Amino acid sequence: MARFVPLPQAVADNLKDGDSVAFEGFTHLIPTAAAHEAIRQGFRDLTLIRMTPDVVYDQMIGMGMARKLVFSYAGNPGVGLLRRLRDAVENDFPRPIEIEEHSHAAMANAYEAGAAGLPSAIFRGYRGAELAHVNPNIKFVRCPFTGEELAAVPALRPDVTFIHAQKADRKGNVLIEGIVGIQKEAVLAARRAVVTVEEVVEDFSGLHPNLTILPHWTVAAIAVVPGGAHPSYTHGYYARDNAEYLEWDRIAADRDLFGDWMERNVLRATPEDFARRVEKLRVAR
Amino acid sequence: MTKSDFTPNEMMTIAASRALRNEDVCFVGIGAPSAACNIARLTHAPDITLIYESGTIGTAPDVLPLSIGDGELCDTALTTVPVPEMFRYWLQGGRITIGFLGAAQIDRFGNINTTVVGDYARPKVRLPGGGGAPEIASSSQEVYITLAQSKRAMVEKIDFYTSFGHGEGGDHRKRLGIDTKGPTLLITDLAVWKPDPETKEFTVVSLHPGATREMVQETCGWTVKFAEALDQTPPPTELELATLRDLKARTDRAHKGA
Repeated sequence: MARFVPLPQAVADNLKDGDSVAFEGFTHLIPTAAAHEAIRQGFRDLTLIRMTPDVVYDQMIGMGMARKLVFSYAGNPGVGLLRRLRDAVENDFPRPIEIEEHSHAAMANAYEAGAAGLPSAIFRGYRGAELAHVNPNIKFVRCPFTGEELAAVPALRPDVTFIHAQKADRKGNVLIEGIVGIQKEAVLAARRAVVTVEEVVEDFSGLHPNLTILPHWTVAAIAVVPGGAHPSYTHGYYARDNAEYLEWDRIAADRDLFGDWMERNVLRATPEDFARRVEKLRVAR
Repeated sequence: MTKSDFTPNEMMTIAASRALRNEDVCFVGIGAPSAACNIARLTHAPDITLIYESGTIGTAPDVLPLSIGDGELCDTALTTVPVPEMFRYWLQGGRITIGFLGAAQIDRFGNINTTVVGDYARPKVRLPGGGGAPEIASSSQEVYITLAQSKRAMVEKIDFYTSFGHGEGGDHRKRLGIDTKGPTLLITDLAVWKPDPETKEFTVVSLHPGATREMVQETCGWTVKFAEALDQTPPPTELELATLRDLKARTDRAHKGA
């Protein structure tokens, strides 16, 4: 049953050291505010799960919070590489990180299997791909009906999934629009789910009948954080801050510059700062 | 603007765009493929279906997306589907006619590495990884690849098989049970390449204006094979060049937040 709580409480109540946690969002609706709150609370030894770890995971890894990363594309999309992740993988800085690497198709299927309550996902994939040789969680099975060899990966079942969404109604039902990504599956696969939203409305009556809605009883906690996806975007509210993604490449390239940036923009910041960051990016509604 | 006044990169994008047909359903990789696919849509293939892995189907962006999930893609799409559906129904289901990929490293058989430079466990450079590419490479009916030539990118042996092309050549795909065609076209900043029908080794079939055999060989890490009847790629038309430059200018303005 969803409870409306301030973000610091939503994070403290649902995340703990050593958890496997997904802060999901596929370019759109990345739960940056929730990730920054987790950084401020200083969790350790997390297994970070995400198809497209980008800037927020670079930040969490650079702060030494992650023991392991499960992922399928670790880059700053359209910009380049994740430099804090590279430092961790190539130089063990600030700590060694274990890697479990998949393809997008595998992770999408694995989340879906988690949501569907299945132990594993079966799909046509990884043929000739070398990841199958370096990741022991990639296996092959034979279709009992046709004999076709298919790839299998274990279902993803995060302890906690964090997502950002457009809005909740008073009961705590959650609406997601635009590029919906993998978030519905990631929420339903998780033991607990926490959602940050742009706003709360009275109810969802009169909306299109096929919208992506998560019923309130699938969510543990909701925190209202306007701008909470920045520098990612919220469809219908504000645009992606592409200039900030370009700038991140310079900041993350240098350990000291990174530390200074994190101190000023995350450790000494609050969830309320996000609204100001998206002011110039607001779209007409 | 004179017709000869264009860069090798512009020629690459335009040559790649020409390979796409109006009827194609194209799964668009980020970077160089995205520009080529949209130039095709804005010139000779207005009804081409462009699909990005974020789930946007039939998208028609006014500016090139920086990421594969910019809002522009969703705003201009026919429909936007969840990511698992994208990979299961539309890609695995066999609906994609062309998967268009870029590459950090490629070998003569169109195998692609975007995972690591050096050893996997202890890489010299940790690259972003495969993303959608491993299954785009095996489930699309055909694969086109585009990248700028360099000895660093076009290598005798790739460090990691992120996405399977023709493997060791010949019928290697078939032996692994992959029944799609794999890489059928490689477009670089100097030439157009096609696989030999038997060996599947990429062979230069057309040189871009101003490019020579020597230039192609000097920027390629393996001994290049050239077709007996070597064509010359027609230079960009004024329409193609103007369309590309307008698109790039709009894109730069948008990404700088101006």
